[in-house]
Amino acid sequence: MMAMLHHAFIIHALIAGTAVALLCGLAGYFLVLRGQVFAGDALGHVAYTGAMAALVAGLDLRAGLFAATIVTGLGLGAGSGKRSDDVAIGSFFSWVLGLGVLLLTYYTTHGSGNNGTANVNVLFGSIFGISEHATVIAVAVSAAAGLVLFAIARPLLFATIDPAVAAAAGVRTRLLDALFLALIGATVAEATQIIGALLVLGLLAAPAAAAARLVSRPWHGFWLSAALAAAAIWIGVSLAYAIPAAPASFTIMSTAAAIYLLTGLLGGREHVFRAGAAVG
Amino acid sequence: MNPQFSWDLIADVQQMLSYPFMVNAVRAGGIVAGVAGVVGWMMVLRRESFAGHTLAVIGFPGAAAAAWLGVATGYGYFAACVGAAVAIALLSPPTRPGGLGGFAEESAVIGTVQAFALATGLLFVSLYHGFLSDLTNLLFGTIAGVSSRQVALVLVAAVVCLGLLAVIGRPLLFTSIDPVAAAAHGVPTQLVATVFLVVLGIAAAAASQVTGSLLVFALLVAPPAAAQQLTARPGLGIALSALIAVAVTWIGMGCAFFSPYPIGFWVSSFGYGSYLLAVGYRAGLERARRRAGPRQAQVSQMATT
Repeated sequence: MMAMLHHAFIIHALIAGTAVALLCGLAGYFLVLRGQVFAGDALGHVAYTGAMAALVAGLDLRAGLFAATIVTGLGLGAGSGKRSDDVAIGSFFSWVLGLGVLLLTYYTTHGSGNNGTANVNVLFGSIFGISEHATVIAVAVSAAAGLVLFAIARPLLFATIDPAVAAAAGVRTRLLDALFLALIGATVAEATQIIGALLVLGLLAAPAAAAARLVSRPWHGFWLSAALAAAAIWIGVSLAYAIPAAPASFTIMSTAAAIYLLTGLLGGREHVFRAGAAVG
Repeated sequence: MNPQFSWDLIADVQQMLSYPFMVNAVRAGGIVAGVAGVVGWMMVLRRESFAGHTLAVIGFPGAAAAAWLGVATGYGYFAACVGAAVAIALLSPPTRPGGLGGFAEESAVIGTVQAFALATGLLFVSLYHGFLSDLTNLLFGTIAGVSSRQVALVLVAAVVCLGLLAVIGRPLLFTSIDPVAAAAHGVPTQLVATVFLVVLGIAAAAASQVTGSLLVFALLVAPPAAAQQLTARPGLGIALSALIAVAVTWIGMGCAFFSPYPIGFWVSSFGYGSYLLAVGYRAGLERARRRAGPRQAQVSQMATT
């Protein structure tokens, strides 16, 4: 198994994957606690269309990813005050995905000499295709987003557990909402390159939900969620290396789902979902 | 094949239907859209649209596995979606009023299940070593490759689906509008919810064959939501919803036939467009009523004095 570490692409995959997984675990924990998992789903759809738009325009894929997800994150945060129904939101993001397919077809029929695998790479990620340059960017983005998250973590937890009291105590909940969803946007954009626009949701939700089941203290859960996400990447990458037929995104996602399933079987009754309900 | 579009629409339709695969596609699409419009109306009323989406996403690994095993993908969609619907119905605690979504942990579970289903589909596609377009077709729909046997399969599924819905229709409507009163009147709410989830599984699998697993909202949610904006009466609303869904599908198929762009884009655009039009129409109607409101009040006041 140690022979695995002699390959440069495995090293890049592990470094970039760990950085992104830690961010997904930390940000995902808040996403799950706040009941905003569907925002992660919506941002994944937007990430796909953004990436395809960038390819059609001849730009770097990352430019489209980050621009689309961060702007949408801010928009979702600004609109979260008034309750909009799931039908309107779901239909809109479904249409956005349809638009992505249009761009994909345009790209594959009009582009010359471009790679036809771009679609699969954006949808399902390509952790083994991460270059050294992309690894550096992944670590830098994760570090920057992580710092922002640490800076807003305390008021965010307050606003999550009891929004009314937090607002009364002078926490600017609207600003916090928008900032947090923009942060989720950046997370989705970076994670799309690793695990894909369709599977980001799993990496955000599964480790966080597992952590929330295992421990009832928010800060312990926060760190545990990051550790579980990183574990999913390490185990998933090792499995993909050992079993060549299995795509890495599949093994990573399976590991994350298995971790959640295990905590569901082992987990105690007193988890943070109930504790949160008792507080609120 | 290089069809030329002209503004003589009848000639265009004739040209389209001169290809046997398009005849199959139009038949299957019409059946599927009709079922999706009817079942979707009930689903939107019950606020279970994300359950429909999740079931459709679970259809993707089923279809990919079918392709890998050399079976028609239609069987894969139906097996996976109906299986998932039964599993959800059996596993969900009896106290919950049906559906998925809401509670924080539940949405995390749905997210995990969706991502895992998509990852499993990726595994089957890569085991199958298919062309890259196969993956795109399964996720975003295609008009090619519908065989006559698949049309028959879709027809059987549609009959089963609408038959079940007809049996549970009245109690389902009752429990959807007022669950407490329905339970008090002795309606077996749990049984009705379970049967509906299976019906929804069949409809989601059928819709996936037109729009692909990821874009079922276009047929299953947008037309019913548009119909509910236009009328509150159940019978009229269901008919309208089915009508919009069939129109969206057939027009989408025509556009996909004459353009290089895939059906998923066209159907989702027309579906979403019909919803926006309906919302706009209703908003305009309400504004007109509000403007007329005070004037009418004035008139009636003048009449009394």
